[in-house]
Amino acid sequence: MPVYSTHYLFLSLLLFSIGIMGALMRRNAIIIFMCIELMLNSVNLLLVAFSKMYVDINAQLFVFFIMVVAAAEVAVGLAVIVMMYRKVHSVDINILNRLKH
Amino acid sequence: MNLYDTLFWFFSAVAVGCALGVILSRNPVNSVLFLVGTFLAISGHYFIMNAQFLAIVNIVVYTGAIMVLFLFVIMLMNLNADVEPQKGQLIQVAGVISGGVLFLVLIAAIHKASPMPIDKQSIDIGLINNLGKVLFKEYVLPFEISSVLFLSAMIGAVVIGKKEPALPAEGEAQ
Amino acid sequence: MLLLQVDIALIIEKLIIISVILMGSLGIAMYATWGERKVAAIMQDRLGPNRAGPMGLLQPLADGLKLFFKEEIIPDRSTRFIFILGPCLAMLTALMTSAVVPWGPDYIAPSGRTITFQVADINIGILFVFGVVSLGVYGVMLGGWASNNKFSLLSSIRAASQAISYELAMGISLIALIMMSGSLSLRDIVAQQHGFWDGNWFSWYVFKQPVGFIIFLTCAFAELNRAPFDLPECESELNMGYHQEYSSMKLGFYLFAEYINLFISSAIIVTLYFGGYNFPFMDQVATATGPLLFSIICILVLISKAVGMVLFFMFVRWTLPRFRYDQLMKLGWKGLIPLALANMLVTGMLVLWVFKS
Repeated sequence: MPVYSTHYLFLSLLLFSIGIMGALMRRNAIIIFMCIELMLNSVNLLLVAFSKMYVDINAQLFVFFIMVVAAAEVAVGLAVIVMMYRKVHSVDINILNRLKH
Repeated sequence: MNLYDTLFWFFSAVAVGCALGVILSRNPVNSVLFLVGTFLAISGHYFIMNAQFLAIVNIVVYTGAIMVLFLFVIMLMNLNADVEPQKGQLIQVAGVISGGVLFLVLIAAIHKASPMPIDKQSIDIGLINNLGKVLFKEYVLPFEISSVLFLSAMIGAVVIGKKEPALPAEGEAQ
Repeated sequence: MLLLQVDIALIIEKLIIISVILMGSLGIAMYATWGERKVAAIMQDRLGPNRAGPMGLLQPLADGLKLFFKEEIIPDRSTRFIFILGPCLAMLTALMTSAVVPWGPDYIAPSGRTITFQVADINIGILFVFGVVSLGVYGVMLGGWASNNKFSLLSSIRAASQAISYELAMGISLIALIMMSGSLSLRDIVAQQHGFWDGNWFSWYVFKQPVGFIIFLTCAFAELNRAPFDLPECESELNMGYHQEYSSMKLGFYLFAEYINLFISSAIIVTLYFGGYNFPFMDQVATATGPLLFSIICILVLISKAVGMVLFFMFVRWTLPRFRYDQLMKLGWKGLIPLALANMLVTGMLVLWVFKS
């Protein structure tokens, strides 16, 4: 069964949905963060597949910039999580509901 | 079934299996390892699509730097399966259902997309000198701006992570 | 059908090259342990291992046998799978880098086949090395974490932060070299350093990129966890660090991986900066000898250069005292990275304006 662009579409959607499920299911902030990385990567995969499909180089540069932004995001996000751990000694996001009260 | 297809199915199976491992394993370190596996499989996809530069950058940036940082933070906090916060069964089921429904909706939206062949002949599109030429000619401004973004993210991380001297130094992270 | 036959011959040829390289690296790493003990002994005015065989030459075999027959202990509260995965990853990443090193010039056999002494000539060779090096830290981190021991955990945290910090300066110093070579393939880089004198200046990159070489070498020390940067395993503070809980052949894997890393990194440093298999007057030697003999001479030249580099690493280890942790970080972030950036800038300006090719 030869591989078509739709295969990549389905694979990428599957990975994206798994990422969404993880972000909804888990309470550990780090795992949720990792699920976001997974979603970004599924989009990257799709962009590369499209770039091969249309023989267009721009999509690959998009992936490059997504990686740049993801790296910056991780640097700040992990700093935030470490600070949160210092304050409340937990990475459970349910503790962070103080804005409610 | 030629080599390309075999590798496609192999890497897809690894990617999906490891992605499931990320969200299902209770120990955060196992999650990190599974995510590394997913990223390596995605890099494998890039390799078979001849996007060599992106494949290796994916390995260097994601598995070599970002995931090491995650692992570092998890080790620093000494998180393990015993202290892993658990949601109730109901919320977990709700999460799975909503993710699955999203998947179904997206599938329903695209299932009529006509399958286009992936072009395996254009071998030179992912090569580093072609990417570099486009990056430094057409995308010079975004490239420079992204370097500024990096710098600000670095400064931001340092500022956030700085210890506030006013607070009493109660229990370090370690 | 012809195509298939050619393919099979190629696969067999590559398999032979891979197994020779693996066996050779393992053998050299084995004798590197002996060499290290001898060097240490000479520098401390001792005799060193001299009981097993003449000059203690059978000592590595004896050590290996001893490690094999030791009792295998897995700590009770450790994470068993990751505990076993750690040394395996360390060994795997140590051996993977050797795939892109060009060990010798092409040899054209009498039958017309061209044999390349390189497992894979990928056009992003340096990036591949970089990727594998960045994966190398996982072995140490996972092993240290899974041991469930405070010292091991501290050691793995140190290893991670050290590796991440020094990878940056290493990458930036390599960018300067890449700007001069214009290629990421190690094969092209070696070919550009042909001979020793290219008419105007030395052709080896160490003479064109002296600052970059020093930065790269320093970072290589840190990435290899060698003294003076051996903080992850410093005996006096962390007593052995990440491999404290390991015993038997799993410990052997860690120790062995360290020496394999040492040899292969030396081979890569030699390839990048010391001309790889090139040596002075190689053209005259090539015409004087047959092609097969010439290839063998080139391979021997590369290996002897790499062994010389390994000896240099050993001399440094037994000469310099260990850095303190904050000194290490200060050197990496405040010393090497600005220096590497300045080097990159100057190289870029020179390539752009002075040496237009």
